[in-house]
Amino acid sequence: MQTETKASAKDMTVEKAKWIYQKMQEIRQFETSVHDIFEKGEIPGFVHLYAGEEAVAVGVCAHLTDNDNITSTHRGHGHCIAKGCDLDGMMAEIFGRSTGLCKGKGGSMHIADVSKGMLGANGIVGAGLPLAIGAGLTAKVKKTKNVAVCFFGDGASNHGTFHEAVNMAAIWKLPVIFVCENNGFGEASTFDYAAATDHVADYAKAYKIVGKTVDGRDVQAVYDAAGKAVQRARNGEGPTILECKTYRDYGHFEGDTQTYKDKDVQERALHEDDPILRFQKYAKDSQLLTEDEITAIDDKVKAEIEHAIKFAEDSPFPDASQVTTDVYINY
Amino acid sequence: MTVKMSYSDAINDAIRIAMRKDENVILMGEDVAGGAEVDHLQDEGAWGGVFGVTKGIVEEFGRDRVIDTPIAEAGYMGAAVSAAATGLRPISELMFNDFIGSCLDEVMNQAAKFHYMFGGKAKVPLTIRTIDGAGFNAAAQHSQSLYALFTHIPGLKVVVPSNPYDMKGLLLSAIFDDDPVVVFEDKTLYGVKGQVGEGFYTIPFGKAEIKRAGKDLTIVGIGKQVNTALKAADQLARKGFEAEVIDPRTLSPLDEDTIINSVKKTGRLIIVDEAYPRCSAATDIAAIVGDKAFDYLDAPIKRVTAPHSPVPFSPPLEKLYLPNPEKIINAFQSMVGDKVFTTV
Repeated sequence: MQTETKASAKDMTVEKAKWIYQKMQEIRQFETSVHDIFEKGEIPGFVHLYAGEEAVAVGVCAHLTDNDNITSTHRGHGHCIAKGCDLDGMMAEIFGRSTGLCKGKGGSMHIADVSKGMLGANGIVGAGLPLAIGAGLTAKVKKTKNVAVCFFGDGASNHGTFHEAVNMAAIWKLPVIFVCENNGFGEASTFDYAAATDHVADYAKAYKIVGKTVDGRDVQAVYDAAGKAVQRARNGEGPTILECKTYRDYGHFEGDTQTYKDKDVQERALHEDDPILRFQKYAKDSQLLTEDEITAIDDKVKAEIEHAIKFAEDSPFPDASQVTTDVYINY
Repeated sequence: MTVKMSYSDAINDAIRIAMRKDENVILMGEDVAGGAEVDHLQDEGAWGGVFGVTKGIVEEFGRDRVIDTPIAEAGYMGAAVSAAATGLRPISELMFNDFIGSCLDEVMNQAAKFHYMFGGKAKVPLTIRTIDGAGFNAAAQHSQSLYALFTHIPGLKVVVPSNPYDMKGLLLSAIFDDDPVVVFEDKTLYGVKGQVGEGFYTIPFGKAEIKRAGKDLTIVGIGKQVNTALKAADQLARKGFEAEVIDPRTLSPLDEDTIINSVKKTGRLIIVDEAYPRCSAATDIAAIVGDKAFDYLDAPIKRVTAPHSPVPFSPPLEKLYLPNPEKIINAFQSMVGDKVFTTV
């Protein structure tokens, strides 16, 4: 296991840096808005926010095209945004409106857009792991160069599906990248308590594949490691476990009192260890982005999110007929 | 043109036809070929499935499309679901339906719900082949008939073929259907032979077959119990009662009309189902008929099922456990009364 906290900017173009910064901001502002609106009681159901983990989804998806597939988790908004899902459609989906990406029938935990290679947020912990190898199997059988990325939490690494999927991906050399978002908590239990291993990437050794642990709050480090893993997968060199040590800025779900969190760690996460602030500094220091460019992106994203909220609020709820449509294609 | 072949060979034939027709069709599961990476078995495989049903298919299509999986049902069934969602048309074998406990999430929460949860924008053209049925002395964890479990779940289609002809046509329908379908193969039927159509043909889902016409009683059999129902009907005919025997062929969708129209004619219904009696296909059909044809019933609906207990191992116990023609005839006798039954 190696830990990387710094990576070089040599592979990141200005254009890519702009995309990365914008996507991270989109996720952050989207989640902050959802948090505020949920508190006002205007969003139904369960919501799990991705804020704080932006660097993982964005650093990985920066290497993917619409033909590559990803599987996600209950904390899926960030993956959707990084994979290019429409913000208006996402917000409307979370509001349960007919204009949502899933016509309001999926909600926060099931946002999907297969045309973008986003195979769905998923309400079942561990479910995305076998699904990802299925997408990898399709790529192998059809002999495309597409890859599949499985985003999963440290909680899911204790699930049998993790081990079944990694083993199968390894024996079949599937083009899959298992990206563990190790935010230190599975619900209200710590990773240290629930997992026997210190690092999820260490399991790679047992399955004889590449495993790497990086600072998941450092988008540069994630981008660099993911780039190598994606390249290996496209080259037919098999799967990788990429563990990104990160932090969940909000609770497990909205309404979680988070009494299990260390206050000092939380404070540090929200300030000096904030992945967006860290990337701002990095991008400026390495002359990828100027202060003005950063401000312009911030403003652009603010307008996008405001548009998405208005779009959602103005959209109608689904028609009553939608209760029983889309159960089958033919029945 | 038809040709005589076994239920098992009908499955093998259907899979080969489908794989020739569409290169996106793959076959996967535990030892569907067998002997992976064993040099001398690389081409021919070892088992061809635990009952040899898929024997030889790897020889024709190779190991890229006939994939032996580890014994990891959640892993490979989940992979099959997503392979289907991303462009393949997998036939994924769950060796025994009793193993569903190891991969129910993948079937119930993933395959069944993608199309709905994603607003109709995803499809999962997955066929799950699985072995069910008691009568093989395979005991409690290898003998269940769990089709009701799947029928309960919206988004899944459930197929219970009772004979080789139906098996081939229904399996081909399943493979080329765009929804996830679970096809039940009764292990005691594998050796049963019958006339099967040559080449490609399909049998539509939701179309029951009236196996025998009659006016005094409707018997609906599920899966191999269609054959038990036919034997009972023969015996009843010798006593002067004409039973109409219906094979629903698929439980989801269910051809309610054929059953209801039959009951309207006969006024009596027995459902023969070797699955557990509670929340079962039998109770479901009874409820539907009770709801939609109550006024036509001359007697309470009877269900001839397994008792509410696991499948026993010991051969005499298993024999007692399963439905048989005598149990059906006894049920009919209770419906018409001893006097009518014995005086006809």
